[in-house]
Amino acid sequence: MSNSDQNIELLRLVTVGSVDDGKSTLIGRLLYDTKGAFEDQLQAVRKEEGEGADGIDLAQLTDGLAAEREQGITIDVAYRYFATPKRKFIMADCPGHEQYTRNMVTGSSTANVAVILIDARKGVLQQTRRHTHIISLLGLPHLVVAINKMDLIDYDEATFLKIKEELTEFCARQGIHDLICIPVSALAGDMVVDRGNNMDWYQGHTVLETLEGIDVNAHIDECDFRFPVQLVSRPQTTELPDFRGFMGRIASGTIKVGDEIIQLPAGKKSTIKEIITFDGNLDEAFAPQSVTLTLEDEIDISRGDTIVHADKAPQTEKEIDAIVCWMGEEPLSSRKKYFIKHTTNTVKAMVSEIKYRTDINELTQDESADELAMNEIGKVSLKLTSPLTFDRYADNRATGSFIIIDSFTNNTVGAAMIC
Amino acid sequence: MPQHKLTQLQELESESIHIMREVVAEFRNPVMMYSVGKDSSVMLHLARKAFYPGPLPFTLLHVDTGYKFQEMYEFRDWYVKEVGAKLTVHRNEDAITKGMNPHEFGVARCCGALKTGALLEALEKGGFDAAFGGARRDEERSRAKERVYSMRDSFGQWDPKNQRPELWNLYNGRIHDGESVRVFPISNWTEMDVWSYIKEENIPIVPLYYAKERPMVERGNHLIPASEGQLLLEGEEPKMVMSRFRTLGCMPCTGAVRSSATTIEEIIEEASIATRSERETRIIDHGSNSMEDKKKEGYF
Repeated sequence: MSNSDQNIELLRLVTVGSVDDGKSTLIGRLLYDTKGAFEDQLQAVRKEEGEGADGIDLAQLTDGLAAEREQGITIDVAYRYFATPKRKFIMADCPGHEQYTRNMVTGSSTANVAVILIDARKGVLQQTRRHTHIISLLGLPHLVVAINKMDLIDYDEATFLKIKEELTEFCARQGIHDLICIPVSALAGDMVVDRGNNMDWYQGHTVLETLEGIDVNAHIDECDFRFPVQLVSRPQTTELPDFRGFMGRIASGTIKVGDEIIQLPAGKKSTIKEIITFDGNLDEAFAPQSVTLTLEDEIDISRGDTIVHADKAPQTEKEIDAIVCWMGEEPLSSRKKYFIKHTTNTVKAMVSEIKYRTDINELTQDESADELAMNEIGKVSLKLTSPLTFDRYADNRATGSFIIIDSFTNNTVGAAMIC
Repeated sequence: MPQHKLTQLQELESESIHIMREVVAEFRNPVMMYSVGKDSSVMLHLARKAFYPGPLPFTLLHVDTGYKFQEMYEFRDWYVKEVGAKLTVHRNEDAITKGMNPHEFGVARCCGALKTGALLEALEKGGFDAAFGGARRDEERSRAKERVYSMRDSFGQWDPKNQRPELWNLYNGRIHDGESVRVFPISNWTEMDVWSYIKEENIPIVPLYYAKERPMVERGNHLIPASEGQLLLEGEEPKMVMSRFRTLGCMPCTGAVRSSATTIEEIIEEASIATRSERETRIIDHGSNSMEDKKKEGYF
């Protein structure tokens, strides 16, 4: 692909907060003010007695399902798209109620940046601590906190500073250091896209300027090379009778023609012969490109294997520990068997031990826990039927994460981060 | 710009290719829906990239209502041959023979029979356990909540309140016998992304997307094409209007927009300043929850 005006980067963000915090209003404001919503879509949600921008109930714009509009709540993660001349944004909009922790984990799993809403009248609540903790677990590098409803506290700087101080201290303990607090009135439009005239005392960027300026490079190209094999391509056509290529998306790192590689878990070695794409062969490829690799030697590689640099091999084990966010109706319990899907590999697993359950409000660990109910988080040991090639989640989000699948219902019942 | 960086379009492309390869690896018998529109064109182009240098590992399926524009049929047959794909066309012949049309039977019943009904029939007939569709989340608000892998029961129905959570880029492809998934590899693309990609990659599209003097009638707020085969209401007099289509569906239910955009650059320019969404010209979407309701019944 050649580049022209499309030479802009992608930022994936997750927004968290409850209806009461004015989150939908903030998102509606971002969409409305960046022209991310169209007139006919706005008209469809226009109310008789308007609230917000020009008589539009901005919240109605983001609640997509009939059940949500009827009940005035947000049930599910919604994905929204908007763009500025600098960036394209994919926003996962998550409900903030306690029972919907699973949605927040889902929305955060693909994001680079989290935007949390706080009601300036209420300050840092238990809910805020919970959200912040989940964001730190999911390893998001940046956190933006919009302290909203400043209009209802007369745009008082002292209140803003007090909340900011409390939050900074709490986040530091959670290992979140890149924290940006912004005073906002989503309803009036202050400090979301435009600065407004009500908070001259605030010298920082607006929410949109902040999102445009954050370093989106997750530096995954600088990590060790990891290539989970998705498919083995053997066209067996007249033109390509003997072709054998390994298709996949580079999870991290870079790879060059001539590099020495090793296939895991079996440990066979070879050298990269070609890096093939539809647009021509490459000398070098990097994450997150989708490519097809061919090797100098005929070695046995199949889906679920991982190709890595011979001198930078990750761990391969049959027993792992992971932080698990449970999403199933039936609780996770010891001795129970599940499927886990990790990169392109699905294996059977048994819970050998629940090490602890985190009290997400107090952030203490209960080591006597013998199960994890829906929306609970804890540390679990698993025994696998075949070895997994992985990194710690803290080192590599792609090779350190897996999902847990109920072997009876086939539902996705857990999100896990290897530690 | 640092060396190891993808543009947002390249990143979307890579994500879509990853999704398609996952489906081919994990499902027994996938199929790709091909509606002849611009999103289908992009999806087909991405599929060619995903499985290069091999051929497409699935057939294309066009659910034809018999009400498509002549230019769409011509383009379909030419392009499918051009890229060497295999195409299956399925129609609800029973309903077509009985003269199903939106004017007498209403849009909902017509769509139900000729689109949803025909689709479910075709999926069952082919025994497909996964079907790629070119829907995007930015199109319509109920689609904003749909997963990349959309689980359907044995009746093809969608349950919006009971969707599997989708984490990282790990897609859960485990299903029971009789169930299937609809897969949306371009979920994260916007209308603008689609047009920009068509331009960057020189992807052929149906000429109806380009502005031209075309016979039209004005019906309510809609500009309805008076092409051959169109059912005109009493008193409607076609006149030539410089216009084009932002989306392509069935002739009776797809409106055109006044436009002078005759090149892809002009279309992009127009899309960038558009204040109305593209689906506004699709009569099928209107009504309180119409897209959500149709999806629950098995529609894409």
